[in-house]
Amino acid sequence: MTVAADERLPHYASPAPFDPYAVEAMTPEQERYFMASQWRMMWWKLRRHRLAVISGALLLFMYLVAAFCDFLAPYGLQTRNTDFIFAPPQRIHLWHRGEFVGPFTYGFDYRLDMRNLKRVYTENTERIYPVRFFCRGESYRLLGLFETDRHLICPGEGGTLFLLGTDRLGRDLLSRILYGAQISLTIGLLGVAVSFILGMVIGGIAGYYGGWTDVIVQRAIEVIQSFPQIPLWMALAAILPVTWSPLLVYFGITIILALIHWTDLARAVRSKLLSLREEDFCTAAVLMGASPARVIGRHLLPSFMSHLIASATLAIPGMILGETALSFLGLGLRPPITSWGVLLNEAQNINVVALYPWLMLPVVPVILVVLAFNFLGDGLRDAADPYR
Amino acid sequence: MLNYLVYRLLIMIPTLIAISLLIFTIIQLPPGDYFSTYIAELQAQGEAADPTKIEFLRQQYGFDKPIWEQYLFWVGGLLTGDLGYSFEYNLPVSAVVGDRLLLTFIVSLATLVFTYVLAFPIGVWSATHQYSWSDYTLTFLGFIGLATPSFLLALVLLYFANLWFGTSVGGLMDPEFVDQPWSVAKFLSVLEHLWIPTIVIGLSSTAGMIRRLRANLLDELQKQYVTTARAKGLHPVKALVKYPLRMALNPFIADIGSLLPELISGAAVVSVVLSLPTTGPMLLEALRSQDMYLAGSFLMFMATLTVIGVFLSDLALAALDPRIRLAGGAGR
Repeated sequence: MTVAADERLPHYASPAPFDPYAVEAMTPEQERYFMASQWRMMWWKLRRHRLAVISGALLLFMYLVAAFCDFLAPYGLQTRNTDFIFAPPQRIHLWHRGEFVGPFTYGFDYRLDMRNLKRVYTENTERIYPVRFFCRGESYRLLGLFETDRHLICPGEGGTLFLLGTDRLGRDLLSRILYGAQISLTIGLLGVAVSFILGMVIGGIAGYYGGWTDVIVQRAIEVIQSFPQIPLWMALAAILPVTWSPLLVYFGITIILALIHWTDLARAVRSKLLSLREEDFCTAAVLMGASPARVIGRHLLPSFMSHLIASATLAIPGMILGETALSFLGLGLRPPITSWGVLLNEAQNINVVALYPWLMLPVVPVILVVLAFNFLGDGLRDAADPYR
Repeated sequence: MLNYLVYRLLIMIPTLIAISLLIFTIIQLPPGDYFSTYIAELQAQGEAADPTKIEFLRQQYGFDKPIWEQYLFWVGGLLTGDLGYSFEYNLPVSAVVGDRLLLTFIVSLATLVFTYVLAFPIGVWSATHQYSWSDYTLTFLGFIGLATPSFLLALVLLYFANLWFGTSVGGLMDPEFVDQPWSVAKFLSVLEHLWIPTIVIGLSSTAGMIRRLRANLLDELQKQYVTTARAKGLHPVKALVKYPLRMALNPFIADIGSLLPELISGAAVVSVVLSLPTTGPMLLEALRSQDMYLAGSFLMFMATLTVIGVFLSDLALAALDPRIRLAGGAGR
């Protein structure tokens, strides 16, 4: 079949000069995408993971709270209110008998129930204590720098403000949870930092040198991992002398937590290094006379750092839970150092569940933080994976 | 296969030696020994310890000898089945541990069964119904199980069990059965108490296992052979069970090894809270009072169990998955 000549399209030639690189030239957006660094790509991917972003924001918020806990807490860490022992959580009211008063709390009427010796507090709606904001209270050093006595929120004059109730010494639970955040949130970070270093050095050496070193390290890891974790923690924690100051005990516990957790990281580092050291860029570095430490630190580790950070994030919740369990058993931190585990130690009794259930509230931040770290770690791991 | 078996068996020997060294170091690390603690305690109460008895015990257990000789003495005892002597209880360790060990075993076994029975169907369901609301709910519940400190859950469950079912608080049986010979009634009483520790200890490992099974099965389900099977018109159940599920099962078997220490760990904390007559509270007490043979022999016993568990799971894995057998001595 032939087509009539007048039905064909007319011949066309572009008058513009020919540019052989036209196809390869990129729009600015494309260029931004293709030239982005590894970290930037990771950030873009992470941003799409909504749960991880929310978790990250929550954690950031919690660390901020921990940093500014002196300012946020209505009471001091050790402030005792001996008239209000085991007081239940108080509500903040806004309306009094249909009239708007602003945030205030009612007074407490106290009576001892002689049948079960329970302390019974009832709200006395006659007495009204408006909550004060940005008020003066006990003085403290904000971030350890400025001496100040301003607090975000204080009870009204002569009144009380126990938003989460009080414990057996009449100490405000909310304030104690806020202060406990400092210890509980940092112990995971410190522990992970220590185990991160241990894991990188030991795993790095094993993976880079291979052979006998590798076999020995592998066996050592196997030995440590074949131990039931908590009994080993218990045994190690029992070593810490009773005479140590609470701060030393804190560091001791951190190191104990780290000593058992480095194995997973060391394994990850080792298996990555084993494959990476066969790459050309590694051989090139060796040929140019780089020392093993430089090859590992400068060329090998950075290529899977993102991966490592993700697994480190996933290791933090285990440490926080570990500290909580140890302190709960009385083997971990001891008062006056206050962590969430120490607070839960007071909730060890079944009476607490029956009579004073609010003493179990410190478990809420524990669960939140553990969940948040898990979600963030999952998000980071997905983002660090270049093949997704 | 035989080579692999021999290799695995041989590698267990240095592993166990290293573990025993580690344990011995740990129990030797606190300053002083049980007797110095004991004498100090008696003196604080204004009593005098019988020095001849203590001197006798010290010599009997070689406390006056150099450390390495003490170690050899302890290990030698272990090899001949002599676990040493518990100073706290004034009994041989085997007598102290015996009954508790049986109960620990029962609790661990129940937890293991609970974990598998629960994790398996849920994991498969989550993977085959990915991103459905049931998947989200189950995943969320799993995360909560992972994040809740088990000891607190134990307390709360205990309280409600007492409130709703009238189960006696604490222990693994009703008080009247303690120290009684085993009978049907005692067994039923144990069963009645068993479910709380089982749930509490099993929950976190169940959650972990669900997540792993789901991830593995999802990876498997995306592979081409599954598509081929479906395209051929294979029955959906068969297309799931015949290959993908079998592949995803590997971690279940490989996990026996790591699950065991996890269970014993969880059991240690939970049984302190629930005051179970298992080995956890005993270990805690022994560590506190430096009752070193009790603590050391018991830790050693658990570690040995774990090493054997890993060995068995490796064998099962090699038998099930030919690729692992080919990898030979690459180990775990």
